[in-house]
Amino acid sequence: MSDNADFRPTDWGSDKMQARLRNRYRKERTFRVAGFAAVIAAGLFLVSLLFSIVRDGSMGFLQTSVDLDVTFSAEILGDPRAMTPEAFDEGVRRVNMQRLLLSALTDYFPEATSRRDQRALLKLVSTGARDQLRQMVLDKPDIVGTKQTVRLLAADDIDQLRKGKIDADAHENDRKVKDQELGWYKKLVADDRISLNFHTEFLTSGDSREPELAGIWGATVGSALTLMVTLLIAFPVGVLTAIYLEEFAPKNRITDFIEVNINNLAAVPSIVFGLLGLALFLGVMNLPRSAPLVGGLTLALMTLPTIIIASRASIKAVPPSIRDAARGLGASPMQVVFHHVVPLAMPGILTGTIIGMAQALGETAPLLMIGMVAFIVDIPGGVTDAATALPVQIYLWADSPERAFVEKTSAAIMVLLAFLIAMNGVAIWLRQKFERHW
Amino acid sequence: MTNSAIFFVLVLLALVAFATARQRSLRVVDGDTAKLHSLPRHYGYFAATCVLVPGLLVLALWLMFGKSIIEGLVVNGLPDAIQAEYADRITLLLNRIRLVVENASTQETNVDILAAAERFHSLYLKGLWAAFSLSASFGLVGLYTAINRTKADFRARNVFERVLNALLILSSVIAIATTLGIVGSLLFESLRFFAEVPLGDFLFGLKWSPQTALRADQVGASGSFGAVPLFAGTFMISLLAMLVAGPIGLMSAIYLTQYASTRMRRIAKPALEILAGVPTVVYGFFAALTIAPLFRDTGEFLGLDIASESALAAGFVMGIMIIPFVSSLSDDAITAVPRSLRDGSLALGATPSETITKVLVPAALPGIVGAFLLAISRAVGETMIVVMAAGMQPNLTANPFEAVTTVTVQIVALLTGDQEFDSAKTLSAFALGLVLFVITMGLNIFALRIVRKYREAYD
Repeated sequence: MSDNADFRPTDWGSDKMQARLRNRYRKERTFRVAGFAAVIAAGLFLVSLLFSIVRDGSMGFLQTSVDLDVTFSAEILGDPRAMTPEAFDEGVRRVNMQRLLLSALTDYFPEATSRRDQRALLKLVSTGARDQLRQMVLDKPDIVGTKQTVRLLAADDIDQLRKGKIDADAHENDRKVKDQELGWYKKLVADDRISLNFHTEFLTSGDSREPELAGIWGATVGSALTLMVTLLIAFPVGVLTAIYLEEFAPKNRITDFIEVNINNLAAVPSIVFGLLGLALFLGVMNLPRSAPLVGGLTLALMTLPTIIIASRASIKAVPPSIRDAARGLGASPMQVVFHHVVPLAMPGILTGTIIGMAQALGETAPLLMIGMVAFIVDIPGGVTDAATALPVQIYLWADSPERAFVEKTSAAIMVLLAFLIAMNGVAIWLRQKFERHW
Repeated sequence: MTNSAIFFVLVLLALVAFATARQRSLRVVDGDTAKLHSLPRHYGYFAATCVLVPGLLVLALWLMFGKSIIEGLVVNGLPDAIQAEYADRITLLLNRIRLVVENASTQETNVDILAAAERFHSLYLKGLWAAFSLSASFGLVGLYTAINRTKADFRARNVFERVLNALLILSSVIAIATTLGIVGSLLFESLRFFAEVPLGDFLFGLKWSPQTALRADQVGASGSFGAVPLFAGTFMISLLAMLVAGPIGLMSAIYLTQYASTRMRRIAKPALEILAGVPTVVYGFFAALTIAPLFRDTGEFLGLDIASESALAAGFVMGIMIIPFVSSLSDDAITAVPRSLRDGSLALGATPSETITKVLVPAALPGIVGAFLLAISRAVGETMIVVMAAGMQPNLTANPFEAVTTVTVQIVALLTGDQEFDSAKTLSAFALGLVLFVITMGLNIFALRIVRKYREAYD
């Protein structure tokens, strides 16, 4: 017992112990600050991501317009009173509207007389302005012979100048808009003829090579068609699989294998599903390329695990007493499941489905594999038409060299995020409103 | 007459069958349902099944094999000269015919092709009508049998439930079929690739330039398919991503579970979930447009030479993307450690940080390691960020400031745009896909095994 003789209680007041304690507390503080910093860093990433998107994107919804006094001369367009409406329409469709534009521009800038100057003048307005004028004349033939102030879309360079993305003070060689155009622009601004408006065409038109004419409606419809196919396949198959595995499957090696399989499928990279779609749907089954049908099928295979896992969890949460009661009243096993368990599990199943759909909506890589990356102007009308989808449109625009496409891309991202937030919002609402705790 | 019209006719027939069988079951017992074995609607369901199953089967067979049979017939009907010319390029020939059929293309001048297109069209119409009449008559036969069997003692519900059960089993088989489809298609195309390029060259070759010659006599005719630069690039970007996501994800999981107030948790956790819900194409755009120039300019300022498509930018943004995976999975692992362990440690006088590093994290280690492995598998398989922010040059380097390329980038590059299905160039994408699949699957299974095997059972 010699140890005991030497034993002295720890002297907590000693300098050595105090220093040790201080050291430990300092470490504690550092650790805590590090943890806090990690959370803040993650938050900062989120904020800066959203901030940079919204900063560029909010401008993408706006579009610069130029107000010009256009004379709709009967000489160029033909006189609607002197001919049949059909002949007039036919004539207007053939007329080169550039002549109207050019005369309006040269009226306003009489100093531009050389051919080169006139070509430069035409670059102030968008190439879409011609169709805009043509549509005006077709809609209202009475307009011919009058002079109207028309709000025309500005070209993308002027648009960028108005939004301050092109530095007017830079040296001429360093900017896209030359001094001559800048002079014209300044005159237009001085006369209050340049305005920045909400650009509805961005939401209602298809893709275009010109940033000021490009819209996301085509991609939105493509996404909707794709998701429709995905939903029609993945929802029934997913729910039926979940029902089978949870309620009917015997516990044996085969069902174990299916379970492991589903969990592993959830971790397979999405691009591999794209390869499957390419080899199977396009290669073996010869379905049309770039079609929402193929995209939807591919995404359905991808979202299936998500839906199955969520549905199983939801079905499992329905207490056995419900099943016992139904069985006791004489319902067959199928009736128990389809009349009682599934309706009660439905909120959870729907939540899982919506989350799976939101994933599918944001997915790009598999769609690249099956050719939904084409440049498509038309709005797709059915599931076998060539189409693109919102995230793919974002990818395509992000690759475009024009400066103006940056804000279009960000604006399209904002639309995509809005859809995702809406879908997740519905999912959360469903969960909170209908989820039952037994 | 189109395929969807056949489908709608079948559905209509099924509805008719449902209504008739239901009515008939009621009439058989004069409205006294107690005498029926099953509910009236079960007779209806049974009849509808009898119509739909054979009818849809015929339609499916037509959709799957109809076109290829007709194509075979048309090709065989062509003069021998053309058949010889296109001997090993049948798809090209078929495309020519199809173009004429679909667009009434006026550019086609070959009389034989035009005749073949005509023949194709008429055969297709005939096939369509045959499919329609066959499936409709099968449906009608089904309807007839079902109505005939509608008797009071017929066990309609049991039969219908057996059909339903088969449907349930069929759906769950689809999940397996998907896996088999992935493995099958990847393996099949990869084997065709490895028939041209030896496996060793692919796995250990140091040079990746997947150009195949259009003509045999072209300079540099044989592409080289050494995938090591791609593996190295993938590895580097995943490593960079984990260097960002690992510490931040783990530390924020620790902070949120151990230190944060309920209010802060309520704000921070959904915020992390938003980070997980942002589509990857958005991250790619962010990386290419905001982070990459930022890094390049910072590098310039510091005197470093950072490429505008550096591995660093792509890896950093990918790290941001996988923070939520690491943090939520680590969160689960840490929360699963019983409270008693924590309380015991604190009661012995350990500070919270000592408790965390010496008790909680070791106890949760299998879960945390699993989380990291799953995050790595995510990073390896991630496509859009690297496609948009990392480069295309296969660059065997250890310098994160240079541009590198990854497996997924190359798959996208090889398969977007026009392609012929049987060149080594396209097939190599499937070989890369196979490697990707094997690696991610392996990481995933390994992660789950670690979690299962080393999990301490505390209860």
